[in-house]
Amino acid sequence: MRDPRIYGLLAEFDSVDTVITAAQRVYAAGYRKIDAYSPFPLEELSEAIGFEKNGVALVCLVGGLLGCTGAYVLQWWINTISYPVNIGGRPFHSWPAFIIVTFEMTILFSGLSAVFGMLALNGLPMPHHPVFNVPQFDAASRDRFFIIIFSSDKNYDPVRTRAFLEELNPLSVSEVPS
Amino acid sequence: MARPTEVEVGEQKAPVIQPGHTFATITDRIAAIVLRRPVKAGWLLGFLFCFMILQWFLFAVCWLFYKGVGVWGVNIPVGWGFAIVNFVWWIGIGHAGTLISAILLLLRQAWRNSINRFAEAMTLFAVACAGMFPLLHLGRPWLFYWLFPYSNTMTYWPNFRSPLVWDVFAVSTYLTISLVFWFVGLIPDLASLRDQTTNKFVRFVYGLLSMGWRNSVRHWNRYETAYLLLAGLATPLVLSVHTVVSFDFSIGIVPGWHTTIFPPYFVAGAIYSGFAMVLVLAIPIRKFYAIEDFITDRHIENSAMVMLATGWIVAYGYGIEAFVNWYGGDPYESYLRWNRLHGPYAFWYYALLFTNILVPQLLWVRRIRTNNFWLFLISLDVLVGMWLERFIIVVVSLTRDFLTSSFGQYYPTWNDWSVLVGTLGFFTACMFLFLRLLPAVSISELKTLIPQAEVTVAHAEEVHDL
Repeated sequence: MRDPRIYGLLAEFDSVDTVITAAQRVYAAGYRKIDAYSPFPLEELSEAIGFEKNGVALVCLVGGLLGCTGAYVLQWWINTISYPVNIGGRPFHSWPAFIIVTFEMTILFSGLSAVFGMLALNGLPMPHHPVFNVPQFDAASRDRFFIIIFSSDKNYDPVRTRAFLEELNPLSVSEVPS
Repeated sequence: MARPTEVEVGEQKAPVIQPGHTFATITDRIAAIVLRRPVKAGWLLGFLFCFMILQWFLFAVCWLFYKGVGVWGVNIPVGWGFAIVNFVWWIGIGHAGTLISAILLLLRQAWRNSINRFAEAMTLFAVACAGMFPLLHLGRPWLFYWLFPYSNTMTYWPNFRSPLVWDVFAVSTYLTISLVFWFVGLIPDLASLRDQTTNKFVRFVYGLLSMGWRNSVRHWNRYETAYLLLAGLATPLVLSVHTVVSFDFSIGIVPGWHTTIFPPYFVAGAIYSGFAMVLVLAIPIRKFYAIEDFITDRHIENSAMVMLATGWIVAYGYGIEAFVNWYGGDPYESYLRWNRLHGPYAFWYYALLFTNILVPQLLWVRRIRTNNFWLFLISLDVLVGMWLERFIIVVVSLTRDFLTSSFGQYYPTWNDWSVLVGTLGFFTACMFLFLRLLPAVSISELKTLIPQAEVTVAHAEEVHDL
């Protein structure tokens, strides 16, 4: 049934409530390879398409732990092994003095991991994407909401899926060429 | 981006966004400043004026590099002159941006959504100005990378027990995190500009910068997590940065520096001067770009109140300093007190008390703090006051410390003044460019503030359970 030239069907909505109701119905109808677009973060909409958890926090935690241990081990190694300097017999491993750099590196590494992890998990940068082929899609960053059902979904059918989307009170339904 | 479901519109308070706006009008109004507004004479003259000052800065810096730091007024006993004063002042100004974007986000203060963008830009430019001073002060700035721990043929390493090295790490982390925080916030708005423009080249540039952001809710979901995590990380970071800056002083034993009040007192002072700068920028920006709908009187008044509160923490710091000088019984600390009140810089100490403590008390009067003209003047006054505070801390302590034989005076030179004024030129020139090239108010965050963003349908899980 699947037409390789078609990436999916894109339905356009103009309010928060209609798009969320529509997304819930799309999910309830068994469609899983779906996505939704909103001009601002809308938690309820991503919940409606069944996407709630993400891995960004884990990436951030791992990055932070790496930064923390890396910075501390580096300072310890420098001050006790590589370049020990005896200042009035004070201990080489003077851990209180190492806290600040350790702290700063924890923040730096976890922050950068959160950002780059987010971009990587989102698959960005990706300047070209099939949805940009639909002219109305420019409004996704202005005032419109969209739901797409990808043609790779097992329930996808060019005629029936389109008819189903038309029932959900969209402003328009368009085919997305791939 | 906390998404408040209710925008508080109190009886007394001005709203955070003027009623009547829709998703479309918000986008159009903010994007128009960048995309459709013609370059006006006012902007051009302002930018050129600041750019000229920037050129003067370049000249002064070239002269400094050519002759060495001897062209400054620094000498023994005052080895830390204007450079360190300006460094602390600028980095303090930056702190308000992070406070607004990170701490107020975590506290779910919805009003921050319209001022966070330019406050973050302000942070970035202010930290860039701050970062220049230690580099200029190095004497051989081209060897700045010796400050970082890297494996080198000289087989030595930075001294991790030195507050100056802590400073390198704190400030460079702060600059990096501020930059990514600002940029991450910009991504969706850059995508808006990309979709709004009709010019192919502009579309290409914003398309490149927005990295192909397509507003997918899956992306938003991860984006929100990352943004919240960044806010959570930036909050302790911003407090740590000025704490570490204060360690530069308090770890030393110089009278007036060696005190435990410094970290909180520095952080409060930073936020104080930062909000003053936010107001100095916000008042003209919202007027000339006609965005009073988004940066309302509510924002202005809230910022004024933050200034008043942090101003009192600073005043408390001055009080405790004086008290400890007396109560501690240390003769050098007692002498410092006398020196501040009656020494050669006494005039500037009184000027500090006048500008930083006395004048801002006018903010108690509601009519003054809601009057943009007076508030602008008071903010300028606070910026001057906070600069004087750092001057008193750095210079008065160093000119007269322990040995009478090593007492001295500090006289700034033309180059000192040029570098200070020059960074102001750099800062304002960057702000002028920022206003025209990037959305000065966050488009996507503002949209969450209007009633149309409220969800009234049933929660997803309830539907799935059916």
